[in-house]
Amino acid sequence: MAAPQQNAKTRRAAFAAFGAAALMLGLSFASVPLYRMFCAVTGYGGTTQRAEVAPTTRGQRVIDVHFVSTVASSLPWRLTPETNSLSVRTGETKTVFFRVTNESDQETAGQAVYNVSPDQAGGFFNKISCFCFSEQRLAPHETAEWPVVFFLDPKLEKEESMNGVETLTLSYTMFPAKTQPKGAALNQTKPNG
Amino acid sequence: MAASDTAHADHAHDHPTGLRRFLFSTNHKDIGTLYLYFAVVAGVLGYLLSLGMRLELAHPGIGVFPTISAWMHGDNSIDAAKNLYNGFITAHGVLMIFFMVMPALIGGFGNWFVPIMIGAPDMAFPRMNNISFWLLPASLSLLLISMFMEGAPGMKGFGGGWVMYPPLSANTGHPGPAMDFVILSLHIAGVSSLLGAINFITTIFNMRAPGMTLHKMPLFAWSVLVTAFLLVLSLPVLAGALTMLLTDRNFGTTFFDPAGGGDPILFQHLFWFFGHPEVYILILPAFGLISHIVSTFSRKPVFGYLGMAYAMVAIGFVGFIVWAHHMYTVGLSLNTQRYFVFATMVIAVPTGVKIFSWIATMWGGSISFRAPMIWAIGFIFVFTVGGVTGVVLANAGVDRALHETYYVVAHFHYTMSLGAVFGVFAGFYYWFPKISGYMYNETLSKLHFWTLFTGVNLTFFPQHFLGLAGMPRRYIDYPDAYAQWNLVSSYGAYIAGVSLLIFFFTVLEAFSKKRVAGDNPWGPGATTLEWTLPSPPPFHQFETLPRIVGGDH
Repeated sequence: MAAPQQNAKTRRAAFAAFGAAALMLGLSFASVPLYRMFCAVTGYGGTTQRAEVAPTTRGQRVIDVHFVSTVASSLPWRLTPETNSLSVRTGETKTVFFRVTNESDQETAGQAVYNVSPDQAGGFFNKISCFCFSEQRLAPHETAEWPVVFFLDPKLEKEESMNGVETLTLSYTMFPAKTQPKGAALNQTKPNG
Repeated sequence: MAASDTAHADHAHDHPTGLRRFLFSTNHKDIGTLYLYFAVVAGVLGYLLSLGMRLELAHPGIGVFPTISAWMHGDNSIDAAKNLYNGFITAHGVLMIFFMVMPALIGGFGNWFVPIMIGAPDMAFPRMNNISFWLLPASLSLLLISMFMEGAPGMKGFGGGWVMYPPLSANTGHPGPAMDFVILSLHIAGVSSLLGAINFITTIFNMRAPGMTLHKMPLFAWSVLVTAFLLVLSLPVLAGALTMLLTDRNFGTTFFDPAGGGDPILFQHLFWFFGHPEVYILILPAFGLISHIVSTFSRKPVFGYLGMAYAMVAIGFVGFIVWAHHMYTVGLSLNTQRYFVFATMVIAVPTGVKIFSWIATMWGGSISFRAPMIWAIGFIFVFTVGGVTGVVLANAGVDRALHETYYVVAHFHYTMSLGAVFGVFAGFYYWFPKISGYMYNETLSKLHFWTLFTGVNLTFFPQHFLGLAGMPRRYIDYPDAYAQWNLVSSYGAYIAGVSLLIFFFTVLEAFSKKRVAGDNPWGPGATTLEWTLPSPPPFHQFETLPRIVGGDH
């Protein structure tokens, strides 16, 4: 029915369409790291920034930073900030401690998930050190004090959408880490299969 | 259709008969027929599910679903009834989208008429076409099995809606295997549609008859081409999202689980990146065939042919960049919302081009109000109503109030349940004489139209009022204040059910009376290639390719 030339054309069209489908499938998976990178770079959705060193310039504005922390019900920990809020001048480096207690009889591991609201502040909220950067482990009934060292980028004074923002809220939610120390029996919804 | 055997006794080579003809079929017309049968079965199932919901919602209180639940699962508790109601919502949505409208418009009419309209002997990959169809019954079975598997703890079926948002669809909400069955079902349906789409793209690009340039190609073929592109670009994203959900559920990944640094909102983005093009996938083939019907029965070429074709391309393109208008309430930044409001409103432009071109085609034409034309005009009317409420909902501020209310339900049923379904029936009556060789009864088909038109409008128009009054979707019960319009809405659903019976009777009547339709029952207005063939067309058509000359499309 079809000449060989026609067959080659047909095969090419089918492979191109199939390739486009494969590309979209790849992109859907690539969206996960891409979105994470996009948030980390732009502070989109209140993603806080990481900084290595404290800033050299001091700004003018003073903003109240509130701290909120919650723990997922499946993790037997308690996490509270030492203070509910701090007044922070832009460019000034501050440290706040979070007190954490493992209330169970086993060693358990947790990972904090965080963001800052309002969303547009994410790009100006810099953390130099934070317990949320890595997974944390606590021995049975251990209590620890974790520091968070942060500053507000003075550039936020020039950002129009930050005008009138007097308070920022830094929030942490502590989840059980996916890999738990041996013997830790956490009340999860379904055993990892 | 059985009738095509007789017309071709003189044909050069044999074709299989009986069960083998359909099980092993590689013939685009037989496969199209199978798709149509399949769509009818799924449509009836989907209607029965919605009938269950409307029976329940006719009066405040929970009265019907405990009985259905006792019958289906042997559990008549209120909680089981509530869960089953949500299961019905989910299955109704998935059935109507993946197993009724898509098989009817793309698989059925697309397979039947795209090759004929472009002057091709068959699809480019006839055996792949067979796989595309036979994956669907497997997929439908998995979906139906899912309704009887454990979903939420102690409950049967998955009740998270066709959108399947985690964490409700993750282990948090539905740890049981019901959701895994839904995922697998949609994976298979996705593969089926994807293979079909690749087949259409290849066919349309490579197998057009000599002289059939893209700019002379009939609009239905254009609409299927655009639809196929949308499928190729959007379905893999759904497959990706569902695979992530599957591994989250079963293999300990955390794509959508914040505990491991994932984000449930990511699923919504991926889902709607597929889901919004999907709603255009449902409606574009209807756009295409409505153009032919309006032109045929106005005895005029379609007004603004190129504008019509490229309006569909534009709708397809813009359809990919508006997805977050389904997600105004998830905490998008104001600028993001502004963009999506604007982009969404832009869709009204190419859609408006289509509506006005249909009206302009009718304008000054010699219109005959045969059944397909009545259905086509009905389509234009209900789709415009649905489009107008769509522009209302496009506004992020308004959507804040109307999100997840019955206003949204009314909106998308006006575009889908009325729009796409009227398109299906318009196409059915338009092409039924060609497919079967017999003429339907004009009075019965018009009665079918008026019953369905009354029924669905009575069902869905009051839902605008309910939504504006704040009645939320997806609940089995409601306060007494909403009782009046819910009762009206339920009566509408019963009338729509009667129209289904009329439809089946009309088809039966046509097959029993055997009024021979002839090659072209519609007269000089019907200019596309299928009307140059006998009715029903030969098992293999265009052994010598037709040559298309002149500026006619």
